[in-house]
Amino acid sequence: MDLEFDVRYDEFRKEVRDFVANHRPPQNFGLSDGNSADRVAWLKLQIEHGYWARTIPKEYGGYGAEPDLLETVIMDEEFNKAGVTRGMMAQGPSMLVPTLLSHGTEEQKKKWIGPTLRGEVIWCQGYSEPGSGSDLASLQTRATEDGDDFIINGQKIWTSTADKAHMCFILVRTEPDAKKHEGISYILMPMDTPGIEVQPLRTMSGDIGENSFNQVFLTDVRVPKANVVGKRGEGWKIANTTLKHERSSLNANAEGTLMRLARLMNDEKVNGVRAMASPVYRDRLMKLQARALSMKFHGMRMLTCTLKGESPGVAGLIVKLQNCQLNFDMAALAIDVMGELGALYDHSKYERERGFWQAHSIFSLGLIIGGGTAQIQKNIIAERGLGMPREPKPAQA
Amino acid sequence: MDFGLSEDQLLLEKTVRTFLADRVSIERVRELREKDCPNDRSIWSDMAELGLTGVLVPEAQGGSELGLLDAALIAQSLGHAVTPSPFLASAVMAPIALLASGGSKASQWLGGIASGDLVFGVAVTELFSVRENAGVERREGKLHGKAMMSIDACGADFLLVAVDAETLCVVRGDAAGLAITRLKTIDATRCTAELVFEGVTPEAVFEHAGATIARMLDAGRIALAADVLGACESMIEQAVAYSLQRTQFDRVIGSFQAVKHMCSEMIAELEPARSLLWYAAHSFDAQPDEAPLMACHVLAHLSEIGREIASVATQVHGGIGWTDEQNLHFWFKRIGNARHLLGGPEYLRDRAAELQGFSG
Repeated sequence: MDLEFDVRYDEFRKEVRDFVANHRPPQNFGLSDGNSADRVAWLKLQIEHGYWARTIPKEYGGYGAEPDLLETVIMDEEFNKAGVTRGMMAQGPSMLVPTLLSHGTEEQKKKWIGPTLRGEVIWCQGYSEPGSGSDLASLQTRATEDGDDFIINGQKIWTSTADKAHMCFILVRTEPDAKKHEGISYILMPMDTPGIEVQPLRTMSGDIGENSFNQVFLTDVRVPKANVVGKRGEGWKIANTTLKHERSSLNANAEGTLMRLARLMNDEKVNGVRAMASPVYRDRLMKLQARALSMKFHGMRMLTCTLKGESPGVAGLIVKLQNCQLNFDMAALAIDVMGELGALYDHSKYERERGFWQAHSIFSLGLIIGGGTAQIQKNIIAERGLGMPREPKPAQA
Repeated sequence: MDFGLSEDQLLLEKTVRTFLADRVSIERVRELREKDCPNDRSIWSDMAELGLTGVLVPEAQGGSELGLLDAALIAQSLGHAVTPSPFLASAVMAPIALLASGGSKASQWLGGIASGDLVFGVAVTELFSVRENAGVERREGKLHGKAMMSIDACGADFLLVAVDAETLCVVRGDAAGLAITRLKTIDATRCTAELVFEGVTPEAVFEHAGATIARMLDAGRIALAADVLGACESMIEQAVAYSLQRTQFDRVIGSFQAVKHMCSEMIAELEPARSLLWYAAHSFDAQPDEAPLMACHVLAHLSEIGREIASVATQVHGGIGWTDEQNLHFWFKRIGNARHLLGGPEYLRDRAAELQGFSG
């Protein structure tokens, strides 16, 4: 255990603090604003300082620093404290980039990583299908060969930001005669290709914010074979590395959310008494704080493993399951603290914090299901983490 | 810079586990529960030989002068093996108090702990929970009253007695006017006792010792949390192993999702708690300002998940888990007894809130 903050780190912290104090993110930073020049300028600035894409090699558009756990912790702490998002929370940087770094060709890395990090190219993920959710490997979207191209036909669902994305990393069945896990390829598909139709899918959140989902219909979509990442038929293996990145990137800022909840409890009064003065609410808050601290330190432990190139084993498989539930439970306490006003939504009169907590609750529920449901996570933990056997297939009748 | 155990710590953990597997089998634990007190001096001597009793004692007094994280790893291994031992009181809480107090007597006692010649008990319950009008008073230099649920007191050479939040006394275990009665709990692997003082003259009195007492409690809470973590770890291992061996409906029960999910939920709670424990123990030496809060949180949290894991791991075993023969109850009861030994979760959370200024 070595968490010493030597002088070098003090200086680094000061630099980061000065940066977030003197630079505010642009207003139209979100993906809904398309290929915004402001967003690109803001991300470029962060990469120049090394606060974003810090350890991505320079030749691919990153900052090229050596991995360092404490620097990462300091950046997260200072950005969170200032309420500034570090980098861009999107599927391109968090999932596609690590996948290309592990499996992409030199050409693919050079072409896509830089623009993705700078927010010039927005990505969506084409994995789930209406008939293939938890059993993702059963996916039916087909890609048939035609000269140097694949022709893709099928349907994808739960495709976040498909309506704004320039590109999609998609899983398609290229080898229909192979076993289900061995017949899938991972392909980079431009979203402006003819034959792609994106339809919005309204969710229980009422589509507040940017958490929009879509269905994507694919009819004779022509994509060059050169866009396959890794080898044909290896898509499932490659997607699993991506999913691993998704599950560890769902390591939200639990401590920050907890402190926000504490502020709410200090402000919110019922019968003239602050919620924080209630032993019942306070006890619930402290229970959640222990969990939030656990996940914070667990995150540091996982990051250490990542930086050292060690496998965290079962400890790495539980992160998504625990973080999503923790976020849902924090929102639940906040809603209870607000009592009958806790259900107010959509800019209603008396609504607190612009409806943040209900939105957080619904969004967290989505995350408990998305990216592999909690129950699928538990299967993975038991099978890969604890060495327990898979459920046997039912005998054919 | 990293968040994890060092090579030395991994080696320490391995050494302790090998030693315990070799010397303190579950059969040995079953024998010890038949005694008046399970704290066996020969186990203590063996631990001293391995350098475990002096883990927190300075090298000058014959100890290995390691940190609380090292002590916590030992405590965790003891919990894992449900080993009866006065480690918590003698090797963790007493050294912290004696080190902070200083003086030649304290130095001598520290040497005795490291060599394994001395065992210390601690009486601190009344600092956070007074029942049955318990409490110890100092009148004209002598101690009167009673202390309940004192830790590792039976057969101890010395006792550290907190008279109040500012005053700590050292009393001989065989002092005139002192009666020690074991209070039997569900847990046959840990010694808890009542101390009755009728005009007992202390060997030493540490006054204005508020900070010392607080540090001793923090260290004790972190080490006790480690003990619970170790016990939970073992219960999960036993549950998974049993589920892979037990067959029902023509399948090992570990292939049923219902059973797999029980095991996943247990490990999903345990692993982040391990990270919290590492940080709490690390903070005790490296970030002392944070240690009081971390100590409260880590013990309260382990108490909560410990109760759940103890229950679920037993349920995975079905009926056999509920028998004496299966031995699982030693772990269940050790976790259950630890829950209120140095402050229950409700108390600890209240204290955690107070430490942060979250109050009425």
